[in-house]
Amino acid sequence: MDFLNAIVALANYLLIPGLAYGSQLALGALGVTLVYGILRFSNFAHGDTMAFGAMVTILVTWWLQSLGISIAPLPTALLAMPFGILATAALLLATDRVVYRFYRRVKAKPVVLVMASLGVMFIMNGLVRFIIGPDDQRFADGARFIIKARDFKAWSGLSEGLALRTSQVITIVTAVVVVAALFWFLNKTRTGKSMRAFSDNEDLALLSGINPERVVMYTWLIVAALVTVAGVLYGLDKSFKPFTYFQLLLPIFASAIVGGLGNPLGAIAGGFVIAFSEVTVTYAWKKVLTYLLPADWAPDGLVQLMSTDYKFAVSFAILVVVLLIKPTGLFKGQSV
Amino acid sequence: MKKLLLASAASALMASGALAEEIKLGIIFGFTGPIESLTPAMADGAELAMKEVSDSGKFLGGSTVTPVRADSTCIDAGAATAAAERLVTSDGVAAIVGADCSGVTGAILANVAVPNGIVMISPSATSPGLSTAEDNGLFFRTAPSDARQGVVMAEILLEQGVKSVAVTYTNNDYGKGLADAFQAAYEERGGSVTINAAHEDGKADYSAEVGALAAAGGDRLVVAGYVDQGGSGIVRAALDAGAFDTFHFPDGMIGTKLEENFGDEIDGSTGQHPGTDSPGAAMFQELAGDAFDATSPFSPESYDAAALILLAMQAAGSSDSQVFKDKVMDVANAPGEKIYPGELAKALDILASGGDIDYVGASAVELIGPGESAGNYRQIVIEGGKVTTAKYR
Repeated sequence: MDFLNAIVALANYLLIPGLAYGSQLALGALGVTLVYGILRFSNFAHGDTMAFGAMVTILVTWWLQSLGISIAPLPTALLAMPFGILATAALLLATDRVVYRFYRRVKAKPVVLVMASLGVMFIMNGLVRFIIGPDDQRFADGARFIIKARDFKAWSGLSEGLALRTSQVITIVTAVVVVAALFWFLNKTRTGKSMRAFSDNEDLALLSGINPERVVMYTWLIVAALVTVAGVLYGLDKSFKPFTYFQLLLPIFASAIVGGLGNPLGAIAGGFVIAFSEVTVTYAWKKVLTYLLPADWAPDGLVQLMSTDYKFAVSFAILVVVLLIKPTGLFKGQSV
Repeated sequence: MKKLLLASAASALMASGALAEEIKLGIIFGFTGPIESLTPAMADGAELAMKEVSDSGKFLGGSTVTPVRADSTCIDAGAATAAAERLVTSDGVAAIVGADCSGVTGAILANVAVPNGIVMISPSATSPGLSTAEDNGLFFRTAPSDARQGVVMAEILLEQGVKSVAVTYTNNDYGKGLADAFQAAYEERGGSVTINAAHEDGKADYSAEVGALAAAGGDRLVVAGYVDQGGSGIVRAALDAGAFDTFHFPDGMIGTKLEENFGDEIDGSTGQHPGTDSPGAAMFQELAGDAFDATSPFSPESYDAAALILLAMQAAGSSDSQVFKDKVMDVANAPGEKIYPGELAKALDILASGGDIDYVGASAVELIGPGESAGNYRQIVIEGGKVTTAKYR
C-alpha cells in the first residue's frame, strides 16, 4: 500500500507535470533548432512569437465562445489554433521580408542576425502587450479534469490523490502528433528533403538547384505552426501571461542546446531532460521516502535538493555543463 | 479702498483672538507611484478632519488649519526626504500626516522628523520594522503592524483546532514579514509550521512549489500572497493536484477575485483582513458624502491620523510637536468620552475644558506599544463560494 502511495505521489507531482512541461519545451525547442539549422542563427524572438500565436488563438477563442461554438469536452482553443497559426505565419514571413532577408542578402555574420532577432523580440513583446495587455488571460474551457484527485482517492482508497488534467493529456497527445508529422515531412517529402539538404550544406544545395527563398519560407511556416501549438498548449496547461513566454526562452534554448542545436531528435530529448531535471531537483522527496523507507528511517527534513525558486538555475547549470563537456549536445548537433 | 477696509477688518478679527494662528499640517503621500490610485482618497480623508476642526472655530482659541500636500512617491526615499524637508523648513508645518509606504516613512522619520522634532502619524505604513525605529516619541501610526496580523492569524487557526500548517509567502517584505511573524506567533502558541517557503509572483506554473508544500504536509495551507498574483496560482495548483483542500488567507488574498477564481472549491477556508464593525466607518462614509470614496483603503486611517494630531494639540494647548507628542496616546485611548467622525467639535470642547476623550474615529483607533494601532480584523470563512464574515476581533 505504501509502495502504491509512493508511486502515485511520484506520478502526481513528477511524472505527469514533467511529461506535459517536457512536451511544451520540446515543441518550442524544435522551432529554435529548425531556425538554427536552416537560417543559421539563434532566434531570440522565439518566446515572444509563441506569445503572439497564443494571443491570436485566445482572441479567436473568445470570438468563437461569444458565437456559442464549442467542441466540449475539448477546449475551444483547439478549434481556434489554425487561425493563430495563419496569423503567426503571416507575421513571421513579414518579419523575414522586412528584417532577416536583408541580412541574408549581405551575408551578415550569425551574431548580427542574433542581435536583429533581439530587436524583433522587443517589438513582438510590445505588440502582444499592446493588443492583449500584460495581464493573465483565461481562455481554457471544456472539461478541466480527466481524473480528479479527490475522486481518485475515493476510488482507490489510497491516501495519495492523482490528478490528470485534460490540458495535460491534450499537450502530450498533440506533441506526439506534431512531432510525428514533422519527422514525416522532413524525411519523406521533397520539400523536407530539400530543407535538410540546405541545412547540411548550403552551397551544395544551391548547386543542385534548391531555391533558398523557398526553403526559408517553408521553414518559417513550420516554425509558425510549432510556436503557436507550443504557445497555446502552454497557455492552456498553465496560464497565458506575456511575461512568462519571455521567461520560457531560457529553458527552451537550454533544451535545444542540450539536445544538440539543429538536430530535431535532440530538441525533443533535450526538452524532456530539462523538464525532468527542473522538476526532480526542486521536488521535496520527504513524502515519497516516508512511504518507501521503514518507519524509523523516515526523514525529518524535506529532502529537497534546491528550493523551487532556483528552478531556472537548473536549466542554466545543465546548459553550462553541456557546453563545457559536449558542446555539440547529447545528439550530435552543430556546436554553438 | 474697499479691499483694504476688508483686509484690515479681517486682520482686526484675527488679532482679537488672543492665540489664534494659522497652523499648517503637512500631508505627505505618494501622489505619484505605485499607490497613486489610493492616495487622493487618503489625502481627502485627512483634509476632511482638518476642515472640520478649522470650521468649528474651537481649536486653540480659534486657530485655523491649512493642509500642505507633498509627494512621497511611495518608493523613492531620496525624493520623499527632500519633500518632507521642504514641508518642515520652507512651509513650516507643525506636524506631518504620513508617510504612506513603509520604506519612505522610515526614511522621513530618521532624516526629517526626528532631527527637526516634528510629530508624524502614518495611516498606512505596516512594516513591523517601524515598531522599533528610533523616534523620540514622535512617530505613531493608525495602521496596525503586520506583526499584529501574524498573531491574530495564529490565534484564529488554533481556535479552530488547526495544529499544523504549511506556509507559502510572496517573496517580498510584506510576504516575508507576515509569514515570519505568523510562524513565531503560531509556534509560540503550540502550533507547528511544516514548511515556510517563498513563491515568486507572475509565474505561469506553481506545480513545483505545491509539490514541496504537499511533501511537507499540514492540515491547512497558509497563503501570504496576492490574489491578483502568485497567490491564486498556488491555490489553483494545490487544488488541481489535490494537495490541500482548505486554505487560510491573510489580507492580500481576500477580494472578489478570490470568489471569482475558485468559488465553492475552497469552501471551509478561512482568513482575516483589517476591518471593523465599529459605527465609525459608516459615520465617516456619511461625513465624506460624494466628495471622495471613503471606503477606499486607508482613507479612514488618514482621517484619524489628522484628527489625532489636532486633538493632541488641543489637549496640550500648543501646536509645538515637543509639547503635544505626549498627548497623542492620551486622546487615542480610554478613559474618556468616545469620539466618532464628525464629532471633532465636541472633542475640542471637552479637551478645552480639561476633560478626557477616547478617540475611536473611523477605524476604531486603539494605540498600543510604541504608538501603533492594535488593529481590528474581520475574520472570514468561505461558504458556498462566498466570503462571509465569521466575526470581528
